Amino acid sequence: MSENPLVRFKNVQKSYDGKTLVVKDLNLDVERGEFLTMLGPSGSGKTTCLMMLAGFEPATHGEIYLDSQPINNVPPHKRGIGMVFQNYALFPHMTVAENLAFPLEVRKMSASESQDRVKRAMDMVQLGGFGNRRPSQLSGGQQQRVAVARALVFDPDLVLMDEPLGALDKNLREQMQYEIKHIHENLGVTVVYVTHDQSEALTMSNRIAVFNDGVIQQLAPPDALYERPENAFVAQFIGENNKLRGTVTELEGDYCVVKTKTGAAVYARAVNVGRIGDESTLSLRPERVLIDPDPSTVQNLFEARVLELIYLGDHIRTRIELLGRDDFIVKVPNSANHALMREGDVVTVGWLQEDCRALDA
Amino acid sequence: MAQTAAGAIDDKLLKKRLDKALFRNRSRAFFLVVPLLLFLLVAFVGPIVYFLTRAFIDDTFSSLMPETTAILADWDSTTEPTEEMYAVLVADMVVARENKTIGKVATRVNRDKPGTRSLFTSTARKAAKLEAPFKESLIGVKKKWGDIEVWQAMKTASAKYTLGYYAAALDLKKNSDGSFERQDEKRRIHITLLTRTLKISFLVTIFCLALGYPIAYLLATLPAKTSNLLLILVLLPFWTSILVRTTAWIAMLQSQGVVNDLLVYFGITNDDSRFSLIYNQLGTLIAMTHILLPFMVLPLYSVMKGIPPSYVRAAKSLGATNWTAFWRVYAPQTVPGIGAGAILVFIVAIGYYITPALVGGQDGTMISNTIDDHMRKSLNWNLAAALGGVLMVVVMTLYWIYDRVVGIDNMKLG
Repeated sequence: MSENPLVRFKNVQKSYDGKTLVVKDLNLDVERGEFLTMLGPSGSGKTTCLMMLAGFEPATHGEIYLDSQPINNVPPHKRGIGMVFQNYALFPHMTVAENLAFPLEVRKMSASESQDRVKRAMDMVQLGGFGNRRPSQLSGGQQQRVAVARALVFDPDLVLMDEPLGALDKNLREQMQYEIKHIHENLGVTVVYVTHDQSEALTMSNRIAVFNDGVIQQLAPPDALYERPENAFVAQFIGENNKLRGTVTELEGDYCVVKTKTGAAVYARAVNVGRIGDESTLSLRPERVLIDPDPSTVQNLFEARVLELIYLGDHIRTRIELLGRDDFIVKVPNSANHALMREGDVVTVGWLQEDCRALDA
Repeated sequence: MAQTAAGAIDDKLLKKRLDKALFRNRSRAFFLVVPLLLFLLVAFVGPIVYFLTRAFIDDTFSSLMPETTAILADWDSTTEPTEEMYAVLVADMVVARENKTIGKVATRVNRDKPGTRSLFTSTARKAAKLEAPFKESLIGVKKKWGDIEVWQAMKTASAKYTLGYYAAALDLKKNSDGSFERQDEKRRIHITLLTRTLKISFLVTIFCLALGYPIAYLLATLPAKTSNLLLILVLLPFWTSILVRTTAWIAMLQSQGVVNDLLVYFGITNDDSRFSLIYNQLGTLIAMTHILLPFMVLPLYSVMKGIPPSYVRAAKSLGATNWTAFWRVYAPQTVPGIGAGAILVFIVAIGYYITPALVGGQDGTMISNTIDDHMRKSLNWNLAAALGGVLMVVVMTLYWIYDRVVGIDNMKLG
């Protein structure tokens, strides 16, 4: 954490009805030039945080700082924050050029400079020559680009994006993810991005704040979030995950043993467990489970029955029955000499203690 | 080439099959609407078309005085009427007297030459006893029969097809040579009435917009629970008879009414100089604005409801003040609603009848009241039809202008 973040949420709370807190005691710093994503299921408070930062919702408690200045009482139009909305919010009665010139016009910028900037912004999003079109004459992806250009045309230090790619189809969405990422890298602008799509978050962000129930569950770079989730929610929410529940029976340093209900002892890495006797959820990525491993290399080795095989080209998604659960997923890579299995086969599966994370219950 | 031909045949066949398949559905749909269609034709379209033709067709004189009509057709309107014409006139009058239709004839001619009604009725009483030469004996009964203008009026009245009523509706009069000129200044009432009608309708539209826009905005931005309740309040007047609402305004606005009593009570005026708020144009404006307000609020509301709050938010995030965001971003998007509401209120207002009839007094009545007057009191249905036709043309023209300026496609009713 630097001493001078661009945005700082300090003990921020938000309630709409005066009974339940939508955002509970939020503390978050957004560094300059960072691409920070707020990720979470709907109703987790991420959009509310964004709206408070933009100034459309007042914080019930706490203070938000922009460039070290408290902004709770600054109206939205004086915050100088660019924003891209979910439905783009391009003004339908204005042309693309007029839309882009709007923020410059209200800032009383001279016509020639405004024209210059509009042209540059349109070139940036590869829409030169579309200036006289109405938003309704553009495709979804083009509208999206105009919305991004409009949020950037007045050179804000901070741009907020509220699920901007939600309305696009899959291919276009992926393409736009890269485009926004490149614009961010080229301009060095700070972006706070809200989404519920984890692959989008993983693709674009420097850091991801995983929201649930009004609280940030974990704030980490994408790789850390995927490989080292700190609690059961994050493990479940980011990527695919196998869950096993049990009781901690041994705990020594970073490692522990968790006994499942079937009585099997699983060796795991103690990440977020209290003490011996506590309940714990074990998290195990499907691609870290090995079929027929060399018994000397893995700490965990169990017998399982193959229930279902789904051929997905690069890997075979295998559902097996293991330790009393019938929804255990293993991704078997389609490599030259991968194990051949049939439904109903009994196989040995195993995994490293390092790959199995013991988290909160 | 062969392939194209084969394709064409297939297309035709396909079209045939499709038509066949759709025929059942189409005929079913048609039979479902037949009762309503017949009802509308008989009870709505028919009467309107018939009535509008009344403005051109007037066979009162020609059917009741057939012989006179025939002989007048050969007359050049300038030479002295002949003895033969007088004889035919007397013969027709005798028949008309027996059939008790002479009153209608008298009324009809009286429209073209005022003051001739009694000429016909009193002469007809004596017509049976008159003897040849009829020219002298008729002039003997009434000297006026020697006046060529009476004969000219009869010739005008005898025409079955006439533009005279439309001319009258536009304050024009037909000269004996067939040309039109403006009516004497004292008798130009219809144009005055039409401009007044347009003025009142325009003002009512403006007032409805001024009062309705903020209400609609409030309704569209409040949470659903509150806005539904308020919407019911807006709709409540719809469930009350117009007569009741208008009468309520009489109770409110009359000189001994609630408003004046309050004004006196608070010392804004004193007892002997109470405001006249009703039985004039002001009364019509107040009552009609109130009654037509929902027609403005509802289209505005439905349009505003469809404007996501993110537009104004976007404008603000881009640096616009509340004021700029409203005028530059919000208001332009409500134009379709303004258009729909305004045209709805205006068109309903321009033909409004009951409220101006009850609270309009002298200067607050509108063209519909005059049409009603001609329908029920003066029984000049032809002129009523012509006035109705003029009104319809005016509305159509305004509608056309609106379409050219704003565009009907831009209108949104919901």
